[in-house]
Amino acid sequence: MARIIVVTSGKGGVGKTTTSAAIAMGLAKTGHKTAVIDFDVGLRNLDLILGCERRVVYDFINVINGEASLNQALIRDKNCNLLYILPASQTRDKEALTQEGVGRVLDELSKDFEYIVCDSPAGIEKGANLALYFADDAFVVTNPEVSSVRDSDRMLGILSSKSRRAERNEDPIKEYLLLTRYDADRVKSGEMLSLEDVQEILSLELLGIIPESKSVLSASNAGIPVILDEKSEAGLAYADVVARYLGEKRPHRFIDGKQGFLRRLFGGRK
Amino acid sequence: MLNTPPALEFKSSTFFAPILILYTHDMAAIEQTLQEKINLAPEFFRDSPLIIDLRELNKLNQDLDFVQITQLLRRIGFFPVGIRGGSEQQNKQARTLSIPIDTVREQGNPITIGEAQKQEDVPEVAAAKEPVSPIAAPQASVAATLIITQPIRSGQRIYASGDLIILSQVSAGAEIMAEGNIHVYNTLRGRALAGVHGNTAARIFCFDLQAELISIAGDYKTSEDLNKQTYKNPVQIYLQNHALIIKEIA
Repeated sequence: MARIIVVTSGKGGVGKTTTSAAIAMGLAKTGHKTAVIDFDVGLRNLDLILGCERRVVYDFINVINGEASLNQALIRDKNCNLLYILPASQTRDKEALTQEGVGRVLDELSKDFEYIVCDSPAGIEKGANLALYFADDAFVVTNPEVSSVRDSDRMLGILSSKSRRAERNEDPIKEYLLLTRYDADRVKSGEMLSLEDVQEILSLELLGIIPESKSVLSASNAGIPVILDEKSEAGLAYADVVARYLGEKRPHRFIDGKQGFLRRLFGGRK
Repeated sequence: MLNTPPALEFKSSTFFAPILILYTHDMAAIEQTLQEKINLAPEFFRDSPLIIDLRELNKLNQDLDFVQITQLLRRIGFFPVGIRGGSEQQNKQARTLSIPIDTVREQGNPITIGEAQKQEDVPEVAAAKEPVSPIAAPQASVAATLIITQPIRSGQRIYASGDLIILSQVSAGAEIMAEGNIHVYNTLRGRALAGVHGNTAARIFCFDLQAELISIAGDYKTSEDLNKQTYKNPVQIYLQNHALIIKEIA
């Protein structure tokens, strides 16, 4: 049986798709057969971040509707042969998703994958609800600012009440915090919430802090998950996240912004 | 997964609804007073279900047209879902409006509304041939204390028919309600409403007061009215002569 991970946030633009692509790649790179599903039907993005947009033939909705088999729709990643992508449909909307259909696809994937990463759309509507419904673990992606924290808090409420685990009275979904776009300098100057501020409200197990980094944007544009960029702080931070999720103990870094002599050498951004 | 789920199922459940006790049949006065209350806390009252209590009014032998009051309440955004203490005529009017009727229990027992939370649900319940009264008799025994160890997140609502004890934080945008006392052994950032069936002896206790709204038996304060001195401190809140007293716990 696969472990189903939902990457969710409530708020848009906080880095859900970047995170989904990075951790799916990270899990696959460490030898776990992983599938990543784009639940953002109508606003297909995950395939762009993973650089496979030109190989999309069939999509998630085609599989749900029985118009294509799962094997026809799954795209094998060109960088790692243990990673498969199930893209969203660009021409349909979230109404095309059904609980029964999503459940069927996840059941089938569970048979020969170890991890299934569900990239949730923003909001708390149907797409987001179905992305989290079947989850075992949740990565709550939050930016260090009040509205993102409030939305994540709302999402945590939904995770604990509207999931299949909640409905069946099983063990609740394991929730982890991922603090993304963290800028230590702006935290110091009081422009951004600190890790403590965020944890005071959310109090979750912290899986990692992803520093704001230019490499994220360039990696997205190039269609290469940032975790493959071993020179970037964001890439290293995502590698830490995957290792911690798999049970390894690693100290948190990038909290106070003193990382790397390059940054000190060139002065960094003020 | 492939089995088709059943079309429906029945569950018994309890919902919270404020009771509107009328002391006059003067529609203009009622409307004005209600509007003032709504202006104080529009979010709190928006689309709120409401039970209309006519006992006091009928004691004063003031007659009131139930159709008129229902129309008035609906116009300003309430969903009347029940009547109690009505005269025979008023009950008849309620029945034609598909509003459930509670027969008066002189002890002033709390009533609980089963099933029909949303106003749209009410006609179906009332229209059933042999309607099971959606207004259930109150439990004879003392209501059990509800203890919650999980955090209450933004958007969640918790209702306890007795006391409510929460060992974790209550987030901004969450709502906790109890017919009895409320204890929060952590930070309270959401709304807390104790004594929601009119128990003026109910109290709220919390370790760290940052609430958006606190209320006991309908008397409330929003975070704007909260005293700076008690903010972020351990406090108890109780009612004295219709005034909410917030006192630091030493």
